[in-house]
Amino acid sequence: MQIVQQIVFVISLAIAGYFFYKNVSKIRRNILLGRDLDRTDNPKERWMTMLKVAFGQTKMVARPIPAILHFFVYIGFILINIEVLEIIIDGIFGTHRVFSFLGPVYDVAIGFFEVLALLVLVGCVLFLTRRFINRIPRFHNPEMKGWPTKDATIILITEIVLMLAILLMNASDQALQVKGAAHYAVAGSFPISQFFVPLFENASVESLVILERVFWWFHILGILVFLNYLPYSKHFHIILAFPNTYYSKLKPKGQVENIGSITNEVKMMMGMPDADSNAPPPESFGAKDVTDLTWKNIMDSYTCTECGRCTSVCPANQTGKLLSPRKIMMDTRDRAEEIGKRIDAGVTEPDDKNLLSYITAEELWACNSCNACAEECPINIDPLDIIGQLRQYLVMEKAEAPAELNMMFTNIENNGAPWQFSASDRDKWASEIG
Amino acid sequence: MSEKIHIPTVAELNAKGVTPDVLFWVGCAGSFDERAQKITKAMAKILVHLDVNFAILGKEESCTGDPAKRAGNEFLFQMQAMNNIAIMNGYGITKILTTCPHCFNTLKNEYPDLGGNYEVLHHTKYIQELINDGKLTFGKGDYKGKKITYHDSCYIGRANGIYDAPRDILHKLDAELVELKRCRSNGLCCGAGGAQIFKEAEKGTKEVNVERAEEAINTNATVIAANCPFCMTMLSDGVKHFNKENEVEVLDLAELVANANDL
Repeated sequence: MQIVQQIVFVISLAIAGYFFYKNVSKIRRNILLGRDLDRTDNPKERWMTMLKVAFGQTKMVARPIPAILHFFVYIGFILINIEVLEIIIDGIFGTHRVFSFLGPVYDVAIGFFEVLALLVLVGCVLFLTRRFINRIPRFHNPEMKGWPTKDATIILITEIVLMLAILLMNASDQALQVKGAAHYAVAGSFPISQFFVPLFENASVESLVILERVFWWFHILGILVFLNYLPYSKHFHIILAFPNTYYSKLKPKGQVENIGSITNEVKMMMGMPDADSNAPPPESFGAKDVTDLTWKNIMDSYTCTECGRCTSVCPANQTGKLLSPRKIMMDTRDRAEEIGKRIDAGVTEPDDKNLLSYITAEELWACNSCNACAEECPINIDPLDIIGQLRQYLVMEKAEAPAELNMMFTNIENNGAPWQFSASDRDKWASEIG
Repeated sequence: MSEKIHIPTVAELNAKGVTPDVLFWVGCAGSFDERAQKITKAMAKILVHLDVNFAILGKEESCTGDPAKRAGNEFLFQMQAMNNIAIMNGYGITKILTTCPHCFNTLKNEYPDLGGNYEVLHHTKYIQELINDGKLTFGKGDYKGKKITYHDSCYIGRANGIYDAPRDILHKLDAELVELKRCRSNGLCCGAGGAQIFKEAEKGTKEVNVERAEEAINTNATVIAANCPFCMTMLSDGVKHFNKENEVEVLDLAELVANANDL
């Protein structure tokens, strides 16, 4: 019987590992659909940014209540994984609580994990409360209808169920330990699950063993299934938050990269000596699809966990405009997924859609380029960078700028100012000073 | 100051074989917008008052290209930028002062890549330095104890991380700074950025500048301090929207400093 369990366990682990690897590889491939961008400079500063922002969650503290709840879930996620390691070793080798030889250290650790499990559980219950009972507005913008809200609910309920499984597993284990059952040596401390023990006290050793096994299996299979849910979910942020903050923009937020191919064109037009007349003319300007964006833009989109802080601080969104920076990120991911699925299906000809099938010009033109969204994001996602590139496409490829902006361009070309003033009046103020 | 102030151009100094220590980049709003011209004049008076060796480009100045860039017209931006760079490099400009955060941002962050390498200062930072160096003092205390609120412009604040210099100036003016609810890195845009000021806003429930002006008026401050000519327009319009223009003044930090020195 024991060996059968071990074989089933190893097979489950291998299947879960295989599918996870496969789906993560697909995400990696989709991210790399984006164009090149060098974000390998200043590794020291990058590590520091990652440690501070992702590991230390420094940008979460701006909103203290969700920050505390999120910290419970986050720290629980990281530390309970140590116990998962034990579960995996036990599963493969048929041992039981293999780390229990650590004695008092083990007892303290298991006790600590139980407290964490309770905190995760409480955190998730309160997250559900905030979302569905308090109805925090940022969880109910139009883009959250349907799947995104379902996704959030699945994540929170799964985490609650997984934590209950740990606690019930420990409670039944404890009941077995008390009864002196073989294979269940006294180990661990159970500050939380002790309260569940009365549920099991009257059960026979045989049925308790079955119960303990059921909870054990439920917990670990639940984790493996949840792991494989991640690549389909916004919850993938628990993985990508780290590389995404590592590859953060380190330059001032106000800086927008100059398009190099245009620099050369302009230099040629101006007859500048360092213009490269042999350089190929630029193929296209700006971005109309995710493949025109940088890989970091696409990584941003896969990292987004749809918390909506960006949208809640967006001046356009706060004043009722259509623009929602979160939707920009969700659309980018959806479009990358769509292209990825076509690649998976072996379709080579391009479809008749692009990122602008998802994002309307009205959204793009409502942006104030104020950087509130990028500043607010707890994991350094930059929606503005995508908006800017899409605007470039609309203006330079499609000539579809709003009429007033075209007027502004004309004024700059003719008078060197965005308004219709005569360039010769530029220093008129200087003659009127006194 | 009764005598006529002369603002030299770089070309004029150049003819005399002089290179200015500081180029005062006026910007389009500062040059043409009537309200913003007052900011320009205030800043120029401070420079004259302190005997700074500065000059303007005058008619040789042209739009930095910033609004074109934010609106997506990279071509126009780079043409403007390279023309401006050619002129400034031709004169051997090394240090630029500007009262416009948008000019500041693009000159400082986007020009170097195109061959324009200068020390670029926004006037809030520049004035702070003048105060710290003891060159600028405020004897009269016009603003002593006066309730002033400060609006962080996006392009000085979040875009470039300058939050303390303007507050420091208000502190030196002995004013009572009343912070807005959304301030510093949480500051709410005035509604002008991203080339919005050149077009009607998209359909919504409220104008951004009205939202921001409302917040500022609710602080009960008598002065809203700004650091950007576009914020100036938006906030002034917002204050007018609530018919509060007689109770609440929108003033640039340069104007506050000039007023405090009777310039």
